[in-house]
Amino acid sequence: MGVKKGTTRVSEDTVEELARVPLQAILLADSFAQKFRPITLERPKVLLPLANIPMIDYTLAWLESAGVEEVFVFCCAHSGQVIDYLTNSKWFNQPNFSIKTIESHNSVSAGDALRLIYEQHVVKISFEQASLAYVYWILWMDAAMIHGDFVLISGDTLSNMSLTHVLEEHKERRKKDSNAVMTMVIRKSKPSPLTRQSRLGTDELFMAIDPDTKQLLYYEDKADHLKGTISLDKMLLADKSSVSVHNDKQDCYIDICSPEVLSLFTDNFDYQHLRRHFVKGLLVDDIMGYKIFTHEIYSSYAARIDNFRSYDTISKDIIQRWTYPFVPDVQFTGNSTTKLERLGMYRASGIIQSSSAQIGPFTVIGNGTTIGDNTRISNSVVGDGCKIGSNVSVEGSYIWHNVTIEDGCTLRHAIVCDGVIIKSGAVLEPGAVVSFKVRIGQQFVVPSYSKVSLLQQPTKQDSDEELEYADDSSGIVEFPSINSTSAKLTSDSSEAQLLAISEVGAGGVGYLWSVGEGDFEDELRQSVAPIPADKLAEIIQAANDEMEMSAQDGNTLPPSGELQPDSNSFNSEDNIEDRDDSIFFEKEVEATFLRAVHEDVKEDHVILEVNSLRLSYNKTSVDCAGALFYSMMKLAIETPHSSTSELFENATSVIGTWKRVLKSYLPSIDEEIEVILKFEEMCLESAREFSSLFAKVLHHLYDVEILQEEAILNWAAEKEGADEPDKVFLKQSEIFIKWLNEASEEED
Amino acid sequence: MPDVHVLVNDFVVKLRKRKIEGSKATAKQTAELLRSVISQQRMPHVNQAGALIDAIKMVGEQLIAANPVELAVGNIVRRVLHIIREEDLSLATAAIGGLNLSAESDEDDGVDRDDHPVLSAAAVAAAARSTLRPPSLQALLEDVPNPATVPRSSSSGGDSEGKSKSADKTSKSWKLKHNVIEAVNELIQDISTCHEQIAEQAVEHIHQNEVILTLGNSRTVMEFLCAAKEKKRSFRVFVAEGAPRYQGHVLAKELVARGLQTTVITDSAIFAMISRVNMVHEPTYFLVIVGAHAVMANGGVIAPIGLNMVALAAKRHAVPFVVLAGIHKLCPLYPHNPEVLLNELKSPSDLLDFGEFSDCMDFGSGAGSHLLHVVNPAFDYVPPKLVNLFITDTGGHNPSYMYRLIADYYSAVDLVVQRRPAS
Repeated sequence: MGVKKGTTRVSEDTVEELARVPLQAILLADSFAQKFRPITLERPKVLLPLANIPMIDYTLAWLESAGVEEVFVFCCAHSGQVIDYLTNSKWFNQPNFSIKTIESHNSVSAGDALRLIYEQHVVKISFEQASLAYVYWILWMDAAMIHGDFVLISGDTLSNMSLTHVLEEHKERRKKDSNAVMTMVIRKSKPSPLTRQSRLGTDELFMAIDPDTKQLLYYEDKADHLKGTISLDKMLLADKSSVSVHNDKQDCYIDICSPEVLSLFTDNFDYQHLRRHFVKGLLVDDIMGYKIFTHEIYSSYAARIDNFRSYDTISKDIIQRWTYPFVPDVQFTGNSTTKLERLGMYRASGIIQSSSAQIGPFTVIGNGTTIGDNTRISNSVVGDGCKIGSNVSVEGSYIWHNVTIEDGCTLRHAIVCDGVIIKSGAVLEPGAVVSFKVRIGQQFVVPSYSKVSLLQQPTKQDSDEELEYADDSSGIVEFPSINSTSAKLTSDSSEAQLLAISEVGAGGVGYLWSVGEGDFEDELRQSVAPIPADKLAEIIQAANDEMEMSAQDGNTLPPSGELQPDSNSFNSEDNIEDRDDSIFFEKEVEATFLRAVHEDVKEDHVILEVNSLRLSYNKTSVDCAGALFYSMMKLAIETPHSSTSELFENATSVIGTWKRVLKSYLPSIDEEIEVILKFEEMCLESAREFSSLFAKVLHHLYDVEILQEEAILNWAAEKEGADEPDKVFLKQSEIFIKWLNEASEEED
Repeated sequence: MPDVHVLVNDFVVKLRKRKIEGSKATAKQTAELLRSVISQQRMPHVNQAGALIDAIKMVGEQLIAANPVELAVGNIVRRVLHIIREEDLSLATAAIGGLNLSAESDEDDGVDRDDHPVLSAAAVAAAARSTLRPPSLQALLEDVPNPATVPRSSSSGGDSEGKSKSADKTSKSWKLKHNVIEAVNELIQDISTCHEQIAEQAVEHIHQNEVILTLGNSRTVMEFLCAAKEKKRSFRVFVAEGAPRYQGHVLAKELVARGLQTTVITDSAIFAMISRVNMVHEPTYFLVIVGAHAVMANGGVIAPIGLNMVALAAKRHAVPFVVLAGIHKLCPLYPHNPEVLLNELKSPSDLLDFGEFSDCMDFGSGAGSHLLHVVNPAFDYVPPKLVNLFITDTGGHNPSYMYRLIADYYSAVDLVVQRRPAS
């Protein structure tokens, strides 16, 4: 791979090339979450059947039909299973549709995945060389697999939308504004007014969108859902003529991204979650002025399976044919023939059904399943090769493949995985999840919202943050054989069986997972079972109590990376904690800076470190600029000097060395004014030695182009009305300001 | 051969994903695909027709299974099978003539004599069958003999006198294939010109000052109406919009662009409009002209949704109901056959806006089951008694005559396209 010099000509060429390259997609075959535990301990989420077809098939079928020609499937948890499935599937030898798998074992988040994709195929160059973003970009364009705009999607997303429109829109915007890096697909879906959650079981989502440009201005999915209120920063309205705020939009998790998105993830190494960190990060911090836009779809379908509730909802949407043509009776993946009969009953071939059995509406029955006498099945999905005995009642449940249900069982709103045996008379109460090859004993009642697995529940000694990611891998390492061989388990580890018997009844095998107290609410909201009526009433009543709880709601986020909405940080006047924060922040920045000076750290690294400090203290670039300038001046003072002229020389040399770092935090006039104010404050308080030099330093800052004329004039205008003692420095720099004014008039 | 496999797979995938829209396009592409299957099929020395038929059946089975709703695929497969059988028959008949010729000319040809009796037995039987069979309707109508296979084969038989035996054999094996491909080409030609063929008859059916009612958008109907317009007929068209896809709007636009007086009505206004027009306008004649998805062997029509209502309205007000159907839409099956999949349910998003109704489909609260169910069938079945006339490329026919027409185009043995289990 030759390294091209970043001339303008080359970049023009590459822009033209963008139009011709085949459409590519990155498919994350891992959700980096644990909502589907314990099932996902044994099988990756993307291979779980949805109306008897693995989820990833829906995603791939859609990508293929939408004209995507190259898909990079990123496999992490259970990568072997995903790759095996894909290699043996029809997708691998399709003309005009190529699939490449990327395997990783240590990625713990979508951010890691994207960074890996970026790094694996990019010539690694030092930060010095890559100081200009476009050089980096061209290098990257040259070596990388992703050549242009790409579709970013996870393997549990269903859609039937056409990509042509959104791609055109995205390209059109990119031509006008190269900062439009991402287009997010949204669609209308009303949240429930009672539970403040969407029909997919996710929390109510608030978005602020510019109605003219469709630019996304605000995104909050972890709002205080019980109050149903959000607070918007007034800055949002500053330069927009209007802003529309929605709570009835659903995020489809289909993004059209420009290549910069990948490099953004690499630059901001603490970005983990696509929405919580990346989207909010871009919106709140205004990194390099990058913008996100939205595209709303109306007639087509798109949704992501996030939890058991969305699994239930989306299954029902498929049965209701909203996802047409990706419905069971259309063989979009070469699946076996299923016929749609009256009242939305999908039946595959080879079903043996007793004449007294009643199969209700909206059911899917898989290939080769037998159903006994007087059995009633309604609103359910039954997989291939299941054996259902007599007098069984199945309602709203999802029974996967090769499940045996003996006589007289009752299943309501449950998920039953492959190979499970339910002995006669057992009952699965609403919300139960029975993982692979579990055996439920006779007459045993699996309580509501409980989970049964052959694997023991991981103990929660770590903090939640670590648990979220780390256990995905340990789950595989510890129990490598279980998902492949069932016979082994029944033969060996009789001890475990004995232990398990007590948990799921006589003759049963499996561990009953306990539900933590705090998780129970979430459990209810995201279970396959509908929320019971009495619970609904309770939820409304308990609204007040929960408001306090919701502070802990964010416990699934890594605390260091959590981004609060902007509004909070601005109310710092009366918030002592926030003030403490700023002092700590300034100290940290100073320490970083001093270390940089003494240890000769590269500028880019300093920027990176300050960036991470900014994120962890939840600050804006205004604060960074102030703190940095403060530490620079302090350095100048602390350098030995005998006279004010020497001090001035010290200051100019420090400014000269570090102006690039400072400059990177001065994207607009506001930050520059902040620097002046900070300087003023210093001169008054901590560094009085500078007070006589104020005008000189100001002039110097103007000369080295750190401060713009406009900033200084704005500052002067602001100070004009201030009290007399505050005007000391304004008077001192009167001549300079006058000169500036005259200069600008001359220009006019 | 690998080429063909790729082609077939490609086509199967397209059919599966419902990527080919419209029965004409489907029919044409199916015929083209089958032509390449035939041309790449290696021919054995004996039972060539059998080999071809097997090959076509194998491909046909896959194609039909890929999209059982699109009946045109099956129709074309059966047509091609029929063509092979016919060509084989006519070659065999010609061979009897050739046999006589060669028997007279070269007496020293012992091997040939061994070969012929086998062939001639079948040929004689076939010839006997063909004499028993009444002349085909097409032959009567067009008054021209079928593709001139007989003279061609006899002339080449004459040529072969001077050639070596092997050359004779290859030419013979090549001949069946050649003839079949010729015939399939003709079929493709027929399919692509079916609109014009049907439209040619427009003037005979549309009269001055008549009011035509149609529903949805059918290309055949559009061409038909435009052909009448070109012939200086002045008439008006009522277009029922054809919910939920509102293809009628598209048709109205095109008709207006061609200078036709057009009125758009809602589907539910059909009954009212048919009666109203007869009352208000003095002697105006009303005529319903519609397109079809498929015409079944009993004369029943599988048509876009809403057509049964139109047919009933027409019956009620004694208005003629005319169905236009290209020859590829004739299906040799009866609607009660288990192979026939009569309908396809499309996405409910044509009817409802998902966002507006999303709160009705929240399964999180309440019983967790469907209270809202949206059905969006694509097709309607119009029974034969409601149809007055079919207009195909070959002319107008009664519904009760359909079975006869179908007998001309299809062999009864091919009705179920399934390979014989390999012995």
